[in-house]
Amino acid sequence: MKKIYLDNAATTPTDARVLEAMLPFFSQMYGNPSSLHVFGQEAKHAIEEARYIVAQFIGAKQEEIIFTSGGTESNNSAIKGVAYARHDKGNHIITSKIEHHAVLEPCHFLEKQGFEVTYIPVDEFGLVDPADVKKAITGKTILISIMQANNEIGTIEPIAEIGKIAREKGMYFHTDAVQTLGHIPINVSELNVDLLSASGHKLYGPKGVGILYVKKGIRMLPFMHGGDQEQGRRASTHNVPGIVGFGKAVELAKEEMAKEIEQLTLLRDKLIKGILDKIEYARLNGHPAERLPNNVNVSISYVEGESMLLNLDMEGIACSTGSACTSSSLEPSHVLAAIGLSHELAHGSLRFSLGRLTSEEDIDYCLTRLSGIVRKLRAMSPLYKKEVK
Amino acid sequence: MEYSERVMEHFRNPRNVGEIENPDGVGRVGNPVCGDIMELYIKVKDGVITDAKFKTFGCGAAIATSSMVTELVKNKTIDEALKISNRAVAEALGGLPPIKMHCSVLAEEALKKALDDYRGRTSMPASGKPVRKLQIG
Repeated sequence: MKKIYLDNAATTPTDARVLEAMLPFFSQMYGNPSSLHVFGQEAKHAIEEARYIVAQFIGAKQEEIIFTSGGTESNNSAIKGVAYARHDKGNHIITSKIEHHAVLEPCHFLEKQGFEVTYIPVDEFGLVDPADVKKAITGKTILISIMQANNEIGTIEPIAEIGKIAREKGMYFHTDAVQTLGHIPINVSELNVDLLSASGHKLYGPKGVGILYVKKGIRMLPFMHGGDQEQGRRASTHNVPGIVGFGKAVELAKEEMAKEIEQLTLLRDKLIKGILDKIEYARLNGHPAERLPNNVNVSISYVEGESMLLNLDMEGIACSTGSACTSSSLEPSHVLAAIGLSHELAHGSLRFSLGRLTSEEDIDYCLTRLSGIVRKLRAMSPLYKKEVK
Repeated sequence: MEYSERVMEHFRNPRNVGEIENPDGVGRVGNPVCGDIMELYIKVKDGVITDAKFKTFGCGAAIATSSMVTELVKNKTIDEALKISNRAVAEALGGLPPIKMHCSVLAEEALKKALDDYRGRTSMPASGKPVRKLQIG
């Protein structure tokens, strides 16, 4: 059976070239970068090279890149680290309603500790209005955190504009770039960001490694206490193979991103158009243009997401859904709720996220199978019969 | 969360999908927990359920439990059918993940409603238990 992976926003396969670059650092160059001997120094050299590649790629200085265990740690470190370090200045944080849980949950945690958080709403396309961010700033605001692009609906936020406001007001500004690093261009100066989180396994690197960019001069408390790795900002022995893999993944992105954006945008738009043309009562979620090149999110009326997902899985196609049925809370996606979708439409949502390995043939196959599945499920849906007849 | 083989089998090949023309009882229920909707149709002859069909808007577990409940009620008397619990439906499917138990409650409620509807039409004395409140787990 065909196996088509359209869940690249969840994770990407590690690129063979990345794996190849990592392998020597398990049992040949296994030194601890903190050691003074040759074993340690060759590992140290490798992680510094990776740091250089990453810094260059986002327009940062080498010493502004901290390696972490992934996107969740980076987001937690940025938000809690700044909140604790700047508690003397105020206790107010601004974020959006559509952030990833790795941002929302640290915010909820801080609320329990006496911090105040404003959750900025978004419009029907999932866009944050920079004017809303500006209005939310108070004398007590210490941090603004808005994601660069949403992981569910792919909407790209006006980060540079929000960053400009933050800069004018002297606010720290963090962006969650987990879905964007290696997928769309990032320049920290142009975006006016002070902190930026990203994760290796979303750009064909390994799992368990991420970065936090921290602009020089930004005050934050470390999340991990222990040794003095990463200039005392993140204790723990370096994940050398992971960091080397991250560096290689970024190096590949640097070479291939422009071409990939072009290819994926074509495939993305073909899939969107195909779904909207072939399937009645379907709608696109997220912004039609300000959108990640690899993201397709649709709601298909009168059918439920999990049952579509399972049927697609039986045909070898992997995707995800914002349906209440697949969440442990049995609540539909907070992102789909924030863009104003009814419970039924959120219930019938599917996200296809394309990747480096996606072909046009895959898209055609997916379209054919999806139409058949929707037809089959609608035939057993009591809603379809009533509303459509 | 993982579905049992039997849940997946009923999901892949649901039994008794559709509607019954001129049914003797119809039960339509919506799940307040996750928003699933189930419709159950029954045909009754001489106090025995001779046919059952369903239509469901919902997840894999909702479709599988709908399918199973239609299988379980066929050829049962009204009194026997009234005794079919959500647990019996879940057990017949080889169990459900804890978070999906509410789907089996939906199936039981649809059945009870269809039976109530039948009794209302035939003005039989209401003998069965009241529809149970939602139970998860």
